[in-house]
Amino acid sequence: MKKILTYYLAPYYRPMAVGFSIKFTGTILDLLLPWTLAHMIDYVIPTGRRSEIFLWGGFMVLCSVLAAVFNITANRMASRVASDTIYKVREDLFAKVMYLSHENTDRLTRPSLISRLTSDTYYVHQMLARIQRLGVRAPILLIGGVAMTMILDPILACVLLATMPPLALVVVFVSKKGIPLFTALQSKVDGFVRLVREDIAGIRVIKALSKEDYERERFDKINREVMNAERKANMTTAVSNPAMNIFLNLGLVSVIIAGACRVNEGTSEVGKILAFMTYFTIILNAMMSISRMFVMISKASASAGRIVQVLDTRDEREPGTFSSDSKETPDTQVPHVEFDHVSFSYHKTRDNIKDIHFSLMQGETLGIIGSTGSGKTTIINLLMGFYQSYRGNIRINGQDIRTMDFESLRHRFGAVFQNDVIFEDTIFENINMGRNLTHQQADQALGYARAWEFVAEKGGLDKELDIKGANLSGGQKQRILIARALAAGPEILILDDSSSALDYKTDAALRQELKDHFQNTTCIIIAQRVSSVMNADHILVLEEGEEIGYGSHEHLMEHCPIYREIENSQMGVSQSAQT
Amino acid sequence: MAGRGRTRNDASMIPDEKAIETIKKRKGAIVRLGKYLSRHWFLLSLALIMNVVSNSLALVGPMLSGYAIDAIEPGPGRVDFSAMFYYAAWMALFYVISAVLSYVLAVLMILISRKVSYRMRKDVFDKMLSLPVGYYDTHQTGDLISRIFYDIDTVNESLSTDLVQILGTVITVAGSLYMMVAISPRLVLVFVFTVPLSGFVTRFITSRTRPLFRKRSASLGRLNGFAEEMVSGQKTVKAYCQEPDAIQRFRRKNRESVEAYYRAEYYGSIVGPMVNFVNNLSLSLVSVFGALLFMAGKMSIGQISSFVLYSRKFSGPINEAANIVSDLQSAVAAAERVFKLMDELPEQGDRPGAMELEPGKGHVEISHVNFGYTPDKIILRDLSLSASPGSLTAIVGPTGAGKTTLINLLMRFYDAQSGQILVDGKEVHDLTRKSLRQAYAMVLQDTWLFYGTVYENLSYGRDDIAREDVIKAAKAARIHNFIMGLPQGYDTVLLEDGANISKGQKQLLTIARAMVLDAGMLILDEATSNVDTRTETRIQEAMKKLMKGKTCFVIAHRLSTIRNADLIIVVDQGQVAEQGSHKELMERKGFYYEMYEAQFH
Repeated sequence: MKKILTYYLAPYYRPMAVGFSIKFTGTILDLLLPWTLAHMIDYVIPTGRRSEIFLWGGFMVLCSVLAAVFNITANRMASRVASDTIYKVREDLFAKVMYLSHENTDRLTRPSLISRLTSDTYYVHQMLARIQRLGVRAPILLIGGVAMTMILDPILACVLLATMPPLALVVVFVSKKGIPLFTALQSKVDGFVRLVREDIAGIRVIKALSKEDYERERFDKINREVMNAERKANMTTAVSNPAMNIFLNLGLVSVIIAGACRVNEGTSEVGKILAFMTYFTIILNAMMSISRMFVMISKASASAGRIVQVLDTRDEREPGTFSSDSKETPDTQVPHVEFDHVSFSYHKTRDNIKDIHFSLMQGETLGIIGSTGSGKTTIINLLMGFYQSYRGNIRINGQDIRTMDFESLRHRFGAVFQNDVIFEDTIFENINMGRNLTHQQADQALGYARAWEFVAEKGGLDKELDIKGANLSGGQKQRILIARALAAGPEILILDDSSSALDYKTDAALRQELKDHFQNTTCIIIAQRVSSVMNADHILVLEEGEEIGYGSHEHLMEHCPIYREIENSQMGVSQSAQT
Repeated sequence: MAGRGRTRNDASMIPDEKAIETIKKRKGAIVRLGKYLSRHWFLLSLALIMNVVSNSLALVGPMLSGYAIDAIEPGPGRVDFSAMFYYAAWMALFYVISAVLSYVLAVLMILISRKVSYRMRKDVFDKMLSLPVGYYDTHQTGDLISRIFYDIDTVNESLSTDLVQILGTVITVAGSLYMMVAISPRLVLVFVFTVPLSGFVTRFITSRTRPLFRKRSASLGRLNGFAEEMVSGQKTVKAYCQEPDAIQRFRRKNRESVEAYYRAEYYGSIVGPMVNFVNNLSLSLVSVFGALLFMAGKMSIGQISSFVLYSRKFSGPINEAANIVSDLQSAVAAAERVFKLMDELPEQGDRPGAMELEPGKGHVEISHVNFGYTPDKIILRDLSLSASPGSLTAIVGPTGAGKTTLINLLMRFYDAQSGQILVDGKEVHDLTRKSLRQAYAMVLQDTWLFYGTVYENLSYGRDDIAREDVIKAAKAARIHNFIMGLPQGYDTVLLEDGANISKGQKQLLTIARAMVLDAGMLILDEATSNVDTRTETRIQEAMKKLMKGKTCFVIAHRLSTIRNADLIIVVDQGQVAEQGSHKELMERKGFYYEMYEAQFH
């Protein structure tokens, strides 16, 4: 909360101050009205001069007009400040989320990041807008109201002020209880987001298994939790309003009693008590607004806390994560990509890959094969700098990747991941990915990926793709993704199981294209099929995160029994088929 | 798997119709909100009573204070203390009771509004599950989340706070008016002028702000949709260093949403000061005329005091109400979005008299089926095939040939435009969807696991199964050892997007799930595409067992896996190019032969 107020709001202190003064003036004008009324009753009416009554009446009308103009202007400025502030907060938050390392994304979880970006920023926005509107007016009305009563009759005012300490206690109590409750509520909202995302992703499976009722129950549970959390938080904050009402009204009764004594003694006048009553209504309304504000603040500071937590997380842009001190040596003698005894564990427990060691010269191809969960993708995750906390060294052109800044590292790659995403955009933009490629480059890449034909059929590069590429088949999606990876002529090409949905014919054609047009590109291909990697310069066979074979196809056929087993399971078929 | 939603008919509407539609929509939203509220009529009427009582009590306050002041009025030495104390005591009592009641009222409203939002969320979610799968191909998840959470929350918020205040307003206004008339009917005439004025001002402004609130909700939905998409695709964005581009595009949507918020908020906040102005105007007039009446001896000071207090009470809530109106507008705009989702066409209901599909032999017959996701683009053309019970039918063909589409039809995710699909001699449209779908077990290329324990994920689809059977299936799918290696074994919670499990492992889990399910027919859509061949060989035995005696439909690229199929259907460009056994097709040396040969070169 503090960061939002001190850092993000800081540039707007000036407009806020101007708005504040305008609002202040407007509010003072509002306050002048009851005062004028008291003046009329006590001093003007006794004189019996009608013209003076009209004069004062005219003064009141003037005040009303000016108050309206000032208040509208101030409200407008307040809305502007709130919107501009949240614009910046949201942008920074989104940028932070984009730059978060995978370690932190895993820790914070995606549903939570999404709800922080959406509902949390929304609450803070709402709060900033309203608090400026009420937050200036209410305290001014309160202080102004109190000040006016002080001027009218200090003793009576003190009676009213005696109610303030218990009021303050109520406010403190409520917000102290409220903030944790709202924080709890927001984390329930994360669960909400998670379930909805999950069910949308799995809608086919849910329908296929007729598990709608089961999902309804799961949803019902979270829905109930959210409802209860909301109820608890709101019931707590609902205390403040009636509590304030009681204290203030009792204060008013005391004022009347004390006022009666003072009038009796001749130290006060009835007109003053009368004005007191009017000011009191103003004070009461101000206190109501303040209590509403505190409810909003409780809710928003829970959200602000969640936003700031993300904003304060270190991301990849920060120095220290990547720093460049050593120089790379583009030397043909130095390996292009090198893993030097690398081990890594996602959860800091069992190693997901252990002591992986290989080196590739420029233009060479590495095939990685191994059973599911053997750590193939982990190697890619490390090479591209998604995770940093590995042991051993990874070097590109002899330079430790931990000393590169992440852009200069990742610009070298063209990659297709498992479960890679297609965005809701045109085919061209999906290939371009903001890299300022030409249509020609995209066309060429589509050609290499054997995707040109169906793209042309669908209406060319400007065809809009549906969410997650829903208007493409699995194989078409993969070909678009491959085109994306090839389009910029990458230095290193990563294909992580990216031909699983391609038929053999397309797969073979793709491999031929790579051979013909990407001789200088170092390739790392993860595959299930031996046929996809058998022509690679090196093949790494993984099992349980460890290397159990490394070398050429022929070498492995001879020396690696497991590789042979894989080969036989796939190729044996063809031999027997031909006999 | 293209699926164009059915929601794009807005654009075709001519402007006039659109305007009428908008009005209808608004009225509709309010009526429907009313329906949600009316479910809790008991609590609601209780709240109404509380409201009447609490506000009436609060109204007595100024009356009593007027009496107390009249008791003071005579001046120094002549104050009627006993009368003053009498009225003061009553004031205190009334205020305390009124405050207690108002808390009870607030609690009641919180209960009601939470119940309403609980109910709305439930209904929206129910709706979501009943929508055809194609709906999700054209609607961003983030936008749906935005509706189900933020929009309903907005509605909720205004129900719990604003509704009470509005009810309170009505009573306070009516009560104050009555009191003022009682005190001085002549002075009330001032309001004949000012009340319509403030009504007019409010109406004028709100008619301008309404569309702004609608825009605000919509642009926030778009922003949320984009944020969700980008967070989901974070890895890809990073790989291409496209963070700046993503941020740039986010910025545009952010700007749009923030501006929409600003405009709605700003115009909405004009109402308050304007109405306040009108109120100040009435105070001025009351002062002048009150003074004149006093001089004419028609009013006492105490009466003027009470009158002014009541006029404040009278106008105060109107002032508040003006603020509330803007809240309500945003609530109605949000409710419209929620109801729009609820109004989407669900999957067609079962035909009246639809039968349950009894577990049968599993004979599937497709005859002359034509289908396209949009009527103008036919994907399957005059497709016919027959799968005898217990047979293995393999569907092969180049990508995009319509293989997955066939599965969509078998499962009735979509309905064919023409032609028939028969299961055990019964037309699928004469069967309940549920029983038809339960007759199939399905393993898809897109593996799907949810946030829950491994055990829950495996037994998904069968609540009645014993734990041993689940473990047996996991062993058969060669995933048992992996599961035992997890921190809590079968009770380990699988994290969404968690790095603790690879795609291949996910697929093995879904295979185990299909084994647990033990349905009469089986669909394997690239079921082992992410499983390495060695593991595949090892689970072959289990797969065989899984497939034994079942009518199986298999989509595979690895042609080696389907050599033993009883029938191989080669689909190309939406049509059956060839069909027959492996041997027959190889001998024919056609399309299949070509594809088969290609994989070894």
